[in-house]
Amino acid sequence: MSFEQLLQYALSGITNGSIYAIVAIGFNIIYNTTGIINFAQGEFLMLGGMTAISLSSFMPLPLAILAAVVITSFAGALIDFLFIRRLKSPSVLGMVIVTVGLSIVIREIALHIWDEKVRSLPYFTGNEISSINIMGAFISPQVLWVIGVSSVIVVFLGVFFKFTLTGRSMRACASNITAARLCGINARNMVTISFMLSAGIGALAGCVVSPITQTQYDCGTSLAIKGFTVAILGGLGNSTGAVVGGIVIGLLEAFSISVLPLAYKDAVAIAILLIILFVRPSGLLGKKEAAGLKEF
Amino acid sequence: MGFLELKNMSRSFGGLRAVDDVSFEVAKHQIKAVIGPNGAGKTTLFNLITGSLVCDSGEARINDVPIQNLPPHRIARRGISRTFQNIKLFSHMTVVENVMVGRHIRSRAGFLPAMLRLPGARREERAIRERSLEILSVMGIAELADQDATSLPFGTQRIVEIARALATEPELLLLDEPAAGLNIYETARVSEMITKIRERGVTVLVIEHDMSLIMNISDEIVVLSSGKKIAEGVPADIQKNEEVIRVYLGEDDA
Amino acid sequence: MAMKKYSPVLALVICVIILQAIASLAGREYYLTQLTMSAYYCLVILGLTVLMGYTGQISLGHAAFFAMGGYTTAVMTTRNLIEMQGSAAVDLAVRLGLTVTEKNAYGVEILHLSPWVSLVTAVCLTAAVAFFIGIPILKLKGHYLAMATLGFGIIIYRIVLGSRIFGEADGISDIPQFALAGGLAVSGDPALRVQNYYIAAVLVVAGVVLLMNLVDSRVGRALRSIHGSEEAANAMGVNVARYKLLVFVLSAVFACIAGVFLTHFNGGVGPSEADVMKSVSYLAIVAVGGMANLWGALVMGILLNYLSLRGYFGSYDEFVFGSILIVIMLFFPNGLLKMENFRWLSDAAARVINSYRARGGEGKDGLS
Ligand SMILES: Nc1ncnc2c1ncn2[C@@H]1O[C@H](COP(=O)(O)OP(=O)(O)OP(=O)(O)O)[C@@H](O)[C@H]1O
Ligand SMILES: [Mg+2]
Repeated sequence: MSFEQLLQYALSGITNGSIYAIVAIGFNIIYNTTGIINFAQGEFLMLGGMTAISLSSFMPLPLAILAAVVITSFAGALIDFLFIRRLKSPSVLGMVIVTVGLSIVIREIALHIWDEKVRSLPYFTGNEISSINIMGAFISPQVLWVIGVSSVIVVFLGVFFKFTLTGRSMRACASNITAARLCGINARNMVTISFMLSAGIGALAGCVVSPITQTQYDCGTSLAIKGFTVAILGGLGNSTGAVVGGIVIGLLEAFSISVLPLAYKDAVAIAILLIILFVRPSGLLGKKEAAGLKEF
Repeated sequence: MGFLELKNMSRSFGGLRAVDDVSFEVAKHQIKAVIGPNGAGKTTLFNLITGSLVCDSGEARINDVPIQNLPPHRIARRGISRTFQNIKLFSHMTVVENVMVGRHIRSRAGFLPAMLRLPGARREERAIRERSLEILSVMGIAELADQDATSLPFGTQRIVEIARALATEPELLLLDEPAAGLNIYETARVSEMITKIRERGVTVLVIEHDMSLIMNISDEIVVLSSGKKIAEGVPADIQKNEEVIRVYLGEDDA
Repeated sequence: MAMKKYSPVLALVICVIILQAIASLAGREYYLTQLTMSAYYCLVILGLTVLMGYTGQISLGHAAFFAMGGYTTAVMTTRNLIEMQGSAAVDLAVRLGLTVTEKNAYGVEILHLSPWVSLVTAVCLTAAVAFFIGIPILKLKGHYLAMATLGFGIIIYRIVLGSRIFGEADGISDIPQFALAGGLAVSGDPALRVQNYYIAAVLVVAGVVLLMNLVDSRVGRALRSIHGSEEAANAMGVNVARYKLLVFVLSAVFACIAGVFLTHFNGGVGPSEADVMKSVSYLAIVAVGGMANLWGALVMGILLNYLSLRGYFGSYDEFVFGSILIVIMLFFPNGLLKMENFRWLSDAAARVINSYRARGGEGKDGLS
């Protein structure tokens, strides 16, 4: 394999990887405030992408994306209001079942709104044939958009959780919900915010990848499971871990194409997921206790 | 030589040494108590003996056979049974069914005989039920047999849990705070029950905070504090032991 | 005691017969086709009920085991061995009676392995896969277990979809009938509709009786105790890891057998059988049946699969199953068919009766 080829694979791996990292961070945000693994996480990306595609036909692209992010955030809040709040003393089994149900319902609604057609947003800059030469590897400018936006999201979240009151309150809820309540934090609202945030960044990620990977009503599931793989690899709840994990999975997947048939690409990430779960369920960067504690 | 021997048992959680180099013996047919302030490591010690937790170092022997770090279900087969501090009855199962699970190690029907209801399995099933009902009537709760176990009052649940543990026909019974949360009548009943259990030839190791109960029933007492054994002896000596008094008074001060 | 216990089975048998009688008398035997298919799906659901409802171990990958059964038999029985006749292996198989000779729809002579062979192979294969995947998977709990089983399901789906031998997106068709004994055959032939309906019914009745016995036995109590508290079950001497593994294998075998039979009944199998959505619909039915409730799962399994297969949900099929999951968990976490959900009904009835009595008795003062 030549150096240029290597670089080509690496860049495509990092591109996908940064999207997986965003999905993983979306998992983490909700997991940290609620202990729920939101199986509908991938659907947020699909919703964001689809909404932006529809809106972009009658408004400028940046505005369409912004609107899509806002709308999806509200969808996230709605999910919390309508369903999550109503779960009384939920068991893990119950939470899994509800979010699995949600993911299907969202997907089916999308199917009825947008049918089965594969769509995509236009390239943010240039078009599908424009490319940038980086040390001999040719990449689409959209790749830079993906990596750039993902980095911005990670930095934004870092700042948000460290320096804003809301962000800190959410972290307080994550580490000890009873203590957080005693300090006067409204834990219920933090859950709503975490759903909005998670949905919002999911939607943004869904928009920036749309030109490359395209968007279809059922594209959420495979993104979700890969995002989950990444979240597990990095240690559930750990966002730095998610970034590292995302890039690792992205790269592995990209290079797997050079040895395995394309049809098995998804299977690679999942096989990695299974291996991590079996060998070290707490993830590579996670705390050991976290994995064993949650019970039915 | 004791029936249960613990030698230098230790277990840490992160930096916390929950059980720290604890050694003692329990003689056959004894009632031995483990006491100590909250967080002293009493429950952790039970978890080490029963295999719920693996120990970092040390040795546990029953009848001179090492049992440390065997899985809990193997240890149960060695004749050790237990109750839990925060009652762990099986939900969605009746009282008698809970006790019948205790007969698990005393019966053997596997998947196929059970699915096909082979005569052997049916006979065994009848025996399990009879024995379990018998235990319930010995414990005086026969009339509750068909009630849902986890919806019973707290005190009754504790008794069901003891019944379940006894159904395994243990040689050694570990009771983790059997009187916690009980009123004085219920406590008296439990106290009587424990002595009765010993009379039937079962060795008892009991954790309890109720001092009058402990002083009444136990032959010997081990005192733990911050994971370490700080005293061991007959109740009268323990009552006079200065370090024990300090630990308990210190706790009261806090 | 025994009478009381088996009276639902008797009721089931009577229902089975009545349904067939009505369908035949009304000249609508084609309804039996979907009932037969529903019955096979019910086998998967019954196995999953024991795994999930009674033992508390979630699986989002049971469609994979069904597909393993279906595809194994499909691959093994669609291979025409005529050209290979003369090779030692094929001749031995023929001599041992492990093959079937017949003419296909175009009158071409074919020699293929007997479905009995593929059934046994499929069961062994599935049991082995479930066993080896189960060892690590069942150490996981909650979300992790759900994701791992989902991941396993997706891998099988991808393999089925991406492999030439499994017919990729088209699946495998022209699968021969499965001749049982005494002239009975599992086949989609309209002439054999009634007998196929009864074959499926017999399997389901047998399945439900076996599992009913299991649930109410030493093993069943051990399984339920695992659901209640793994730690306490372990302390009572239940080998939790072993029982979880065995019940996982058992439920996988149920799914596999269902897959084999339904594949011969349909004469084909496609990748949608391995789809995650299928696993989710099984889960939905177990949930709506009341989780730890074999009869609830059975009734709901027949009803929902039948409605779905007859196309009553139209393009909202998946939507229906997704909504069921949400609604059940939000409003009926203990299952729909539990008595307490009908208390309002009996309350209302009691109120009506009381007010009626009051009016009939002492005039109006009894009303409140
Ligand atoms: N699984 C665990 N993980 C981490 N720490 C633990 C675990 N189990 C116990 N500990 C810690 O070990 C210490 C001893 O706990 P243990 O439950 O054994 O105390 P105890 O003597 O039974 O107290 P109590 O009288 O309150 O029941 C405590 O500080 C507790 O927080
Ligand atoms: Mg304790």
